[in-house]
Amino acid sequence: MLAMNYRGPHRVRLDKDKAIPEILHPDDAIVRVLRSCICGSDLHLYHGLVPDTRVGTTFGHEFIGEIVEIGSGVNNVKIGDRVMVPFNIACGKCVFCRQELYGNCHESNPEATAVGGIFGYSHTAGGYDGGQAEYVRVPYANVGPVVIPDWMDPDDAVLLTDVVPTGYQAAEMGGIQPGDTVVVFGAGPIGIMAAKCSWLFGAGRVIIIDHIDYRLEFAEKYAQCEAYNFKSIGDPVVFLKTITDSLGADVCIDAVGCEAAGNIANTITGRQLLLQGGATTALHWAINGVKKGGIVSIVGVYGPIDSLIPIGNVVNKGITIRANQASVKRLLPRLIEHVQSGVLNPKGLITHRIPLEEVAEAYHIFSSKLDNCIKTVLVPPSAG
Amino acid sequence: MITDKTSPEDFTNKRRGNHKHIKGWGVDINTENDPTYPIKKRNNEEHKGYTWERPDLQEETVEVLKSVERPNLTAVYGTSAPPSGLSGIIRRIAYMFSESSYGRWLPLIIADRINMIEGIADDFSKGRIPNIPKEIGLKSEWKYNREKFLVKVAAGLVITGALLLLIRSSKKKSKATQY
Repeated sequence: MLAMNYRGPHRVRLDKDKAIPEILHPDDAIVRVLRSCICGSDLHLYHGLVPDTRVGTTFGHEFIGEIVEIGSGVNNVKIGDRVMVPFNIACGKCVFCRQELYGNCHESNPEATAVGGIFGYSHTAGGYDGGQAEYVRVPYANVGPVVIPDWMDPDDAVLLTDVVPTGYQAAEMGGIQPGDTVVVFGAGPIGIMAAKCSWLFGAGRVIIIDHIDYRLEFAEKYAQCEAYNFKSIGDPVVFLKTITDSLGADVCIDAVGCEAAGNIANTITGRQLLLQGGATTALHWAINGVKKGGIVSIVGVYGPIDSLIPIGNVVNKGITIRANQASVKRLLPRLIEHVQSGVLNPKGLITHRIPLEEVAEAYHIFSSKLDNCIKTVLVPPSAG
Repeated sequence: MITDKTSPEDFTNKRRGNHKHIKGWGVDINTENDPTYPIKKRNNEEHKGYTWERPDLQEETVEVLKSVERPNLTAVYGTSAPPSGLSGIIRRIAYMFSESSYGRWLPLIIADRINMIEGIADDFSKGRIPNIPKEIGLKSEWKYNREKFLVKVAAGLVITGALLLLIRSSKKKSKATQY
């Protein structure tokens, strides 16, 4: 089958002869991929920032497809079903899944206890091949996959596997109260969706901060929010205090993670030397820009090693920090309602549809932010 | 083959005590004061320990490295790219350390870089020459970022030329000093 193949930092290729995955467990299903996306967090793998990213593996944790084979224990889905597959692999039986922490399953990743299994996201997240291929093995098929409603556009469905739930949960974790001012750092797909979803929780004002103008323009229109380029506002924290009557935002959301720009020391130690779990610039600004007693919500991805943040200010300001991988399975029913009612328009984020065969170009375009790229969907030739 | 012979009873949390003899114990319990809600539908089952009825276990068909912070493999796991070669040796050592240790993560980054070289060697051993310009997406760079691309190439040529000149002149100087 065709499959993306990681060869090292900034190098991927399409293999034409990767073996089609097999059922390895009674609860497995094999899915023929119809759409897959390149996620902003895939770029952390692509840039070589995630430890234990092995050459030869296939990335891709945002995908939908058709079930073509099931194990003997699968009864919630059947062959021929078209399903969206949450990016987190969840058993449904462990104490964490039973508390709807599907992003924190304890039975899907032997390599690390701090993160559950994730499709195509290095051996640090379980060593699974991902969906940037024609076929993919889906463990725990009774738990994760959700049948795509007949009325739903496949492009909407594929964004419900990660981008929409992660953006929504970012806002949800912010504990936004009616009238709150919410500041989102990062105008990538997740940040834009977090800004959009902040309105659903009653935000009175939503501000998004980034340094790439075309993304800010997109965010301003898509999420109907204020957008500022941190390169043109001086010190972002002082700027935020100034425009929020000197107190700061009620809620700050870090939708950037380990590859933040804006601070040379952080960039060198976090992104170049890998002495931190990434550049923590956005998180610094979030902690320092939120008001006393405020909430910082983190969905940006950081590496597993130590990261420098102003923890003293967290204590002195009485900040609540909330963070997690999105619990996609928990959120899907509500988000499907939002898509059906037109409250959310996920596919509006898609700017590039690229054949799977051109996966290397797709990664470079997204990584280098060429051609005003916001969100890339890969379409395998067998998707029809 | 499945090597895990443990059972949930092995992991029952027996350390939980009865605190009712302590004056005032629990007088201010407020279950609604739960900042984890609605992210977590708290049921506190984890207080019992790692005792849930586990899913069927996946057959062990490839080498899987396991975190030292857990007692056994998870019920399922990925089977892509098992550890091999020098990078595999380093990975096996790294997994002897806990997830809270630099000893775990920094060697893995080194192993990843070595693995990249192993990948190139593996390609050559199979008679395949890696098409690196294609793998790094050079076509799209040329199509969408031509001006900056040309500037980068020009800068690279200038720096390389300058370095070559520097090396040549230093060689000449050292020869002149010898005679």
